[in-house]
Amino acid sequence: MTKGGHALSDQDSANAYWKANLRLITWSLVVWALASFGFGILLRPLVSGIAVGGTDLGFWFAQQGSIIVFLILIFNYAWRMNKLDAEHGVEE
Amino acid sequence: MDQTTLNIIVVGLSFALYFGIAIWARAGSTAEFYAAGRGVNPVINGMATAADWMSAASFISMAGLIAFVGYNNSTFLMGWTGGYVLMAMLLAPYLRKFGKYTVPEFVGDRFYSNTARVVAVVALITMSVTYVIGQMAGAGVAFSRFLEVDNTTGLLIASAVVFVYAVLGGMKGITYTQVAQYCVLIVAYTIPAIFISLQLTGVFLPQIGMFSEHTASGQHLLVTLDGLLNDLGFNEYTSGSSPWLMALFTLSLMIGTAGLPHVIIRFFTVPRVADARWSAGWALVFIALLYLTAPAVGAMARLNIMTTMWPQGVQGEAVAVEDLPDWFETWSVTGLLGVEDKNGDGKIQYYNEKSEAMVALAAERGWEGNELVTFNRDILVLANPEIAGLPGWVIALIAAGGIAAALSTAAGLLLAISSAISHDLIKSTINPGISEKGELLAARISMSVAIVVATYLGLNPPGFAAQVVALAFGLAAASLFPTLMMGIFSKRINSAGATAGMLAGLISTTLYLFLFLGWFFVPGTNMLTPDQYLFGIPPTHFGPIGALLNFGVAYLVSSMTAEPPKEIQDLVESVRIPRGAGAATGH
Repeated sequence: MTKGGHALSDQDSANAYWKANLRLITWSLVVWALASFGFGILLRPLVSGIAVGGTDLGFWFAQQGSIIVFLILIFNYAWRMNKLDAEHGVEE
Repeated sequence: MDQTTLNIIVVGLSFALYFGIAIWARAGSTAEFYAAGRGVNPVINGMATAADWMSAASFISMAGLIAFVGYNNSTFLMGWTGGYVLMAMLLAPYLRKFGKYTVPEFVGDRFYSNTARVVAVVALITMSVTYVIGQMAGAGVAFSRFLEVDNTTGLLIASAVVFVYAVLGGMKGITYTQVAQYCVLIVAYTIPAIFISLQLTGVFLPQIGMFSEHTASGQHLLVTLDGLLNDLGFNEYTSGSSPWLMALFTLSLMIGTAGLPHVIIRFFTVPRVADARWSAGWALVFIALLYLTAPAVGAMARLNIMTTMWPQGVQGEAVAVEDLPDWFETWSVTGLLGVEDKNGDGKIQYYNEKSEAMVALAAERGWEGNELVTFNRDILVLANPEIAGLPGWVIALIAAGGIAAALSTAAGLLLAISSAISHDLIKSTINPGISEKGELLAARISMSVAIVVATYLGLNPPGFAAQVVALAFGLAAASLFPTLMMGIFSKRINSAGATAGMLAGLISTTLYLFLFLGWFFVPGTNMLTPDQYLFGIPPTHFGPIGALLNFGVAYLVSSMTAEPPKEIQDLVESVRIPRGAGAATGH
């Protein structure tokens, strides 16, 4: 078990670390929802004016774009969190 | 050399590879059997996760699933990939930090309750067993189609192969065979796709080709496809309906994906928390290679079939029986394709006979019904190499790829089942004093029993194979996902709350499925009909509602009972930070 490790002795830093994580997750999930449920499905009529290869942007998001956005989100999360770990001294 | 011999050689070689890996990656300890010794490189784990996740259904059926419906079935693409975002941010890193072997173990420790752990085991076994039946059946079908053996023989061979590497190597053996299986299946999937894209559009990447100009018609491929479908009375490929239901179904697949234990435990095999985060990204990279290709394969194969049936366009004559291509004949033998010249004009008219607009046109042109009477959706992937005119070894590769997809998913599920039995039930509940050696033996015996049961169920499928996947995803979404998430993100949810919440999710979802689809899916025992859907929600879309009930009940019950003890709150603090995950490996 790790409790009592020196990182946790600074409760403020631990709280700040967790808050930053929650903020990053929240923003990531907003983008996640916007790319899939948003442009891919519910907001498709709003962006139907934008033509993409014989169809519209919404169709592209539903079959390609959303997946590409998911990929970027996960790598961005991994990269930022690993950096955040180091900043708060909780990395391995 | 005939095609079957070639198929047997290529499939045989792939098996030899899996056996070789099994001998090399034998498990010597429970740490290796359950979590591959936690020494798996994150990229390698990503590849194994992709094979673990992509089943026979993803490989063989998904392109067809999208091709026949078009835009509306984009739900599968977004749902089965979007779940990885949830897993990467809400579950995987923290559960890796926790550093134990099974998903129910986390539930039991975090909610300091054996009852909670047993409820989680029940949920895990129900969803994994229902899921594995489909995989075993899928392996049997893949064998029988390509190797000309009957379904039973095919299934028995598949079980024997899984038996060798799963019982011998546990997670370690499964991990490295899954990597090999991923390579086989992705090569098999993308080669025909690239060739078809080149033939239709001159563009190398199918993902771009799909949105490019169709060389033969001089307009965008999707415009040509929509035009042909319109003229023949089918739904347009790119238009959709009921967006809210689409969104709900997508969400249900996403939460379900994130809550599937056989995928979650793959992230227990990497050395550090940071690796678990990277690994989720790599998993999605390898999954996306197939999932971004699938819609292109679907659209292009559909267009290929339409132009094969109407070589001069819809205004001209339909294809004559004697002009049907060779692959048409080959696949008619399997019963996946079938034609019947109803009006006896020597030509095969393919159109949507159920469309009212087509009735007048059909009468005018002397058509007496759709003559492409059998058109199985799996044909789009299976016959792809032949449609593209590719050599026999590519067809053999598709055979090996389909079998690899089924075996890799089956093995992952079997490991989740057997570790829940040997670790969560035997080691923790029935015989806590069991030695390390004894537990390893128990794990191997549980694995063997799980394979025998899965084989039996695959041979005698309970007759509801299609619905069981909905059950697996519904249960994962409604039971495990919310409980795991609350265990990490809330310190206030206590043992009573989590147990009540899990039961609420489990029971409501199962009940909703059974009420509309029949008790235990026995046809005719359903007590309600689709017009009585709650807010118009079909049972396959119920997962998020079940999850909401789980969250709500857990919160309510927890707020009325005592907060978790101090050491549990400390445990939650500790899973939230990465430091110390490496230390948690040796125990």
